Amino acid sequence: MKIKANLISGRTADQGAHLEAKTHKGYFDACAYCELNSADLERLGASEGDNLKVATEFWEVVVFAKANEGNPDGLAFIPMGPWANAVLSPDTHGCGMPGFKGVPAEIEVTDEKPLDMKSLMKKYLED
Amino acid sequence: MPVIKDAVCSLCGSLCDDITVTVEDNKITKIENACILGHSKFVGMFEHDRIETPMIRKDGELVSVSYEEAIEAAAKILVSSRRTLSYGWCSTSCEAISGAIQLAEETGSIIDSTANVCHGPSALAAQEKGSPSASLGEIKNRADVIVFWGCNPVHAHPRHMSRYSSFSKGFFTEKGRKARTMAVIDVRKTDTAKLADKYVEIEQGSDLLLVTALRSIVNGHEDVIPETVAGVPKAEIIELAETLKNAKFACIFFGMGVTQSRSKYKNGDAMSSLISDLNQHTKAVMIGMRGHYNVTGFGQVATWETGFPMAIDFAKGYPYYNPGETGANDLLVREEPDAAIIAAADAGAHFPQKAVRHLARIPVIQIDPYANPTTELADVVIPSAIVGIEAEGTAYRMDAISLHMKKLIDSKFKTDEEIVKDLTEKVRELKRGA
Ligand code: SF4
Repeated sequence: MKIKANLISGRTADQGAHLEAKTHKGYFDACAYCELNSADLERLGASEGDNLKVATEFWEVVVFAKANEGNPDGLAFIPMGPWANAVLSPDTHGCGMPGFKGVPAEIEVTDEKPLDMKSLMKKYLED
Repeated sequence: MPVIKDAVCSLCGSLCDDITVTVEDNKITKIENACILGHSKFVGMFEHDRIETPMIRKDGELVSVSYEEAIEAAAKILVSSRRTLSYGWCSTSCEAISGAIQLAEETGSIIDSTANVCHGPSALAAQEKGSPSASLGEIKNRADVIVFWGCNPVHAHPRHMSRYSSFSKGFFTEKGRKARTMAVIDVRKTDTAKLADKYVEIEQGSDLLLVTALRSIVNGHEDVIPETVAGVPKAEIIELAETLKNAKFACIFFGMGVTQSRSKYKNGDAMSSLISDLNQHTKAVMIGMRGHYNVTGFGQVATWETGFPMAIDFAKGYPYYNPGETGANDLLVREEPDAAIIAAADAGAHFPQKAVRHLARIPVIQIDPYANPTTELADVVIPSAIVGIEAEGTAYRMDAISLHMKKLIDSKFKTDEEIVKDLTEKVRELKRGA
């Protein structure tokens, strides 16, 4: 099952606490997830901790599923960082700022595992 | 055992200047008053992965070299580049930023700050419409209505609310949170929203609509407002407008929900107009919730020195600015730079994939205390001392108040200021030789 979502990124305290520890597993745990409310997770057939593939017109990324009841239906949140940025919009609309909020995404459960920070960056070098 | 009082936390734009640090044998053994982010910053140099030595990439691997070799390799990249992007410089001192601007001028580079992915649109909005502001001290002492719009200080600026805004007690606000109205406007119920008196949930990307509706009401035209705007019922918008109008002193703190969503800088532009409208009725101000502790300082130093706050192109020999053209992301997406310096910021982690892809293809010089995603792409890596802990310097808080950061412990690493000076000298030497 695939769902369509509106993807945003943003800060979290855990992401912030790992800003200067990005090689640590704590950073991966703090950033490599996608939050949806539990109704959306249910529509996906996903439980917390499952692997989700988030795809946009720009790229795709695999992250963990997390529930957050604060999110309205169809709103997906990935903490700011390399996982979110893999799929957010590089278009600045002529004002310098890329589209870090409000990118249409398709989300589905996958068997693939999220890449750790170094492996994700390696993909850019191989590209 | 030396106890250093009133140390400044060099992590977020709140720049808390009341941190108590105990130092034993050149190690910080106790940290008081810092939040989880600040705490992580202070313990960081003992627990996180420092870049231990300068490095140069050889056959795909980063290998250790001396500072001299790394500076020489970096200077060679700069001298042979025709279009260098110098990006970041926001987790460092104003003194280092000043040196970085000089280096950019010397090399005809473009220099941009982390505002490019943060409050850059706010700077544009301020140029277009102005940014009626106040010091955080004034907010603490006077503001009875506080709005957090598209920001989540509980997570991003954890001590902001207790030191300067919602919960703080001041001269005219001695009852603290009890006598303040706190509103949160956001697209999801954040932990900050949970603490608010009013939570207004708007449809993602429709901030401009809501600002415009608020302006209409404040200006006496509520009849033109449809039953819902931006997913918010009219009655709720009227209530919010009344709260703002009836405030003695209102402050709208706004974050990246406003600057990164659809309409981008036009949101800040409209917000500024709303503040101006409110000032017909009461006192109102706006303050951007700045992320990197000295991103405000970059804007200040760059403006004194070049006339522009960010995205400054020195290619023509004089400063030229047009963020949609000379901003770091636009340049990278257009595949224009043929080399980059990334310093005191992490483009590898915080730029979208298309920009990172171009960084992966060109020579990258990194200057930073810590290994991070940019290190994975870098060809020359130069470690630096941590400003505010291992080096002193000036930083500007989010309200543009400058504070002096102390040096708390000694370090074997060069400061950003020294690295930039060495690089500039080396570049001059190579140019003379050429
Ligand atoms: S709120 Fe910001 S400046 Fe204050 S202690 Fe926390 S991270 Fe440091």
